[in-house]
Amino acid sequence: MIVETGHFALVMALVVALVQATLPLIGAQRGNEAWMAMARPAAIAQMLFVSVSFGCLTYAYLTSDFSVLNVVNNSHSAKPLIYKISGVWGNHEGSMLLWVLILAVFGAAVAVFGANLPPTLKARVLGVQALVSVGFFLFVLFTSNPFERILPAPPDGHGLNPLLQDPGLAIHPPFLYLGYVGFSIAFSFAIAALIEGRVDAAWARWVRPWTLAAWMFLTAGIGLGSWWAYYELGWGGWWFWDPVENASFLPWLSGTALLHSAVVVEKRDTLKGWTVFLAIVTFSLSLLGAFLVRSGVLTSVHAFATDPARGVFILVLLLIVIGGSFALFAWRGPSLKASGLFLPVSREGSLLLNNLLLTTAAAVVLLGTLYPLFLDAIGGGKVSVGAPFFNAVFVPLMVPLLVAMAIGPLLPWKRGDLVAIFWRVQLVLGLTGAAVFLTWVFAADGPMFALLGMGLAAWLAVGTLFEIGERTRLFRASMAESGRRLRRVSRAAWGMTAAHFGVAVLVAGITASSAWTVESIQTMRPGETVQIAGYDFTFEGARDTRGPNYEAVTGTFTVTRDERPFTVLRPERRVYPVEGQQTTEAAIRSTFLGDLYAVIGEAEGADGAFVTRLYFNPLVPWIWAGLVIMCIGGVVSLSDRRHRVGAPSRRHRAQAVESPAAA
Amino acid sequence: MKPKRRRLTFVLIGLALLGAAAALALSAFEESIVFFYSPSEVREKTVGEERRIRVGGLVEEGSIERAEGGLVRFRITDMAEVVPVVYTGILPDLFREGQGVVAEGRLTNGVFRADEVLARHDENYMPPEVADALKKSGQWQHMERALQESGQMAGETAP
Repeated sequence: MIVETGHFALVMALVVALVQATLPLIGAQRGNEAWMAMARPAAIAQMLFVSVSFGCLTYAYLTSDFSVLNVVNNSHSAKPLIYKISGVWGNHEGSMLLWVLILAVFGAAVAVFGANLPPTLKARVLGVQALVSVGFFLFVLFTSNPFERILPAPPDGHGLNPLLQDPGLAIHPPFLYLGYVGFSIAFSFAIAALIEGRVDAAWARWVRPWTLAAWMFLTAGIGLGSWWAYYELGWGGWWFWDPVENASFLPWLSGTALLHSAVVVEKRDTLKGWTVFLAIVTFSLSLLGAFLVRSGVLTSVHAFATDPARGVFILVLLLIVIGGSFALFAWRGPSLKASGLFLPVSREGSLLLNNLLLTTAAAVVLLGTLYPLFLDAIGGGKVSVGAPFFNAVFVPLMVPLLVAMAIGPLLPWKRGDLVAIFWRVQLVLGLTGAAVFLTWVFAADGPMFALLGMGLAAWLAVGTLFEIGERTRLFRASMAESGRRLRRVSRAAWGMTAAHFGVAVLVAGITASSAWTVESIQTMRPGETVQIAGYDFTFEGARDTRGPNYEAVTGTFTVTRDERPFTVLRPERRVYPVEGQQTTEAAIRSTFLGDLYAVIGEAEGADGAFVTRLYFNPLVPWIWAGLVIMCIGGVVSLSDRRHRVGAPSRRHRAQAVESPAAA
Repeated sequence: MKPKRRRLTFVLIGLALLGAAAALALSAFEESIVFFYSPSEVREKTVGEERRIRVGGLVEEGSIERAEGGLVRFRITDMAEVVPVVYTGILPDLFREGQGVVAEGRLTNGVFRADEVLARHDENYMPPEVADALKKSGQWQHMERALQESGQMAGETAP
């Protein structure tokens, strides 16, 4: 019964979404307030119905109800509880249900916390949001129904893909979807604004927190995925420019651009059409990502078996969304008039440069990702575009971006003076030079790009701190005065500072790990020692171990440095008998300067020898730290009061306080 | 500057950026596009040693040999032709005889020296190129049945 309830609730959610997608939009057009008012209860009802549906599927997983095909295919009674739960979205059908759930939750959040939105705008935003929902409900119900029964019910399930039985990947999809789907709000606001023919500062104030929340979740989601690939796949790498990775990176790039251009709309009432355009592009790229991942049209190391019929459905959905929204943009876009003027060298100018560089970067990544599809379609043969292309194209675009990132926040609005800035940042330049020199002294064997990368990281880090120093007139006014100014710095500004500083840490980590990774693959007999980056790895042998639902071979490496014991690493090679699949569990010991990373491979011969792969990955922990700092920046900025209140209406303030948490 | 000229400046900057990106992209494409070959195509066409290529098909049954130092030899087949492969390192977790595989590297004297064997996360996943290669060699019907039996066909089991 529970399963049928879940299915029925999903159908009900579709019906409610259909109402929500029509009446409020028509009502807003005709000025019918009763119809417009339908949006709010409908959005909440839709969210409740999908929640019930999702709850029912979760229940089927928790109770191991093997009369449900989806549970049979992706679960097993012997699986640990956490993976029974994460198994709900560890497969196509369940993950699409999570997708529509998040879509409905975001819609309901706008309905509840958007009490002070103008009624027509609110009706239109929720209407557009429901239109998107309808498309995905149809997709789930017609091509990917998670509630399908199987008769007779088998005694046990096939189990969940062991690679997915991992804490990092258990929470990766929800974060990623919160990001992807979060951009649907910016999209709905953009479409609603086009229908209204009006984009103003208030509109931007409404869009910014949603975009920021989505951006933050997407950053966390991509970071979690990358972290997972790093420790679970045992390749020692964390980013492969794989189509599936690019699919999540594309909306991140344009979403980051959107985040910055919305600031200009809010503060300076210009770049309106461009911001609306970016909002449409960002959500379109999210959908494109979903299509690339779900359809399996591209060869990916992260791909899962796919069904072409589903790909076609998403492609149609994608074409409707992109076609419809761009047609609307072409028709209504020119009516968005800007009032704020500015010179190329100004805060606006630097934000525009940021936008140009980020969207150009998104364009080339998109080109590289889709090129194989395009070439195949015109019969040009089957190709793959690998990391060399992306590195050659993407990195040069990031260099000016990072240079500008430190200067942009120092520029005043409207018009700035680059020469004056240059004189002000001498300190930053000096410290950057020192960082480059130190890199050159201590890591003389590194490639040239490493000096550039470390220099840029230092430039951005010091420049970001310098900006806070300038803001508080540190060392120029009295300490008391600086302290007072420091307390007055808004949370949004702190958020920006943290996020930019996080990028600097990230860039340092990426540069160092690309430049100075030490890798060694060899066969090791028990007692043999290999030296890597000053650490001696001694292989002590391997033995058979058991986990809750797997058997493993666990190798032991004792690591010493200068004859003193440093750590013990225990990499595993697991076999999951239910799924008949192997996984590699790398053993990692992080230090401030890098990761010691060990992987154990196949046994070789009978004398206990194993193929082993050992790495020293310099500054990789900085990559994760940088991403965490960026997300913290997002949280801090979201907690700014100005982000919580859409319009200066005191009555709703208490309510709106909760909105970031719900987002 | 007048607003018109100002806008022109931005447009010009934008165009210059796009141009630079396109130039970068085109020059990078030359070197970093990796063509995919099926074992039959490797035999038919002459593939230069200097070019990196991808070869995909099935890992031939009984062809995996392990040697000292993590060196692995195996053969990739499309059921019509085979290509011998040499690879050093730890193979991906889902590398198995009779299953689809894509390897990247260079062809020297008829032996494919792979420096990368692409992993997958799902044993039911078949890279699209491999499926096409098998279709082209006319062995797909035969393979389809075998794959379905082993549950390896796309769509056969829900991902």
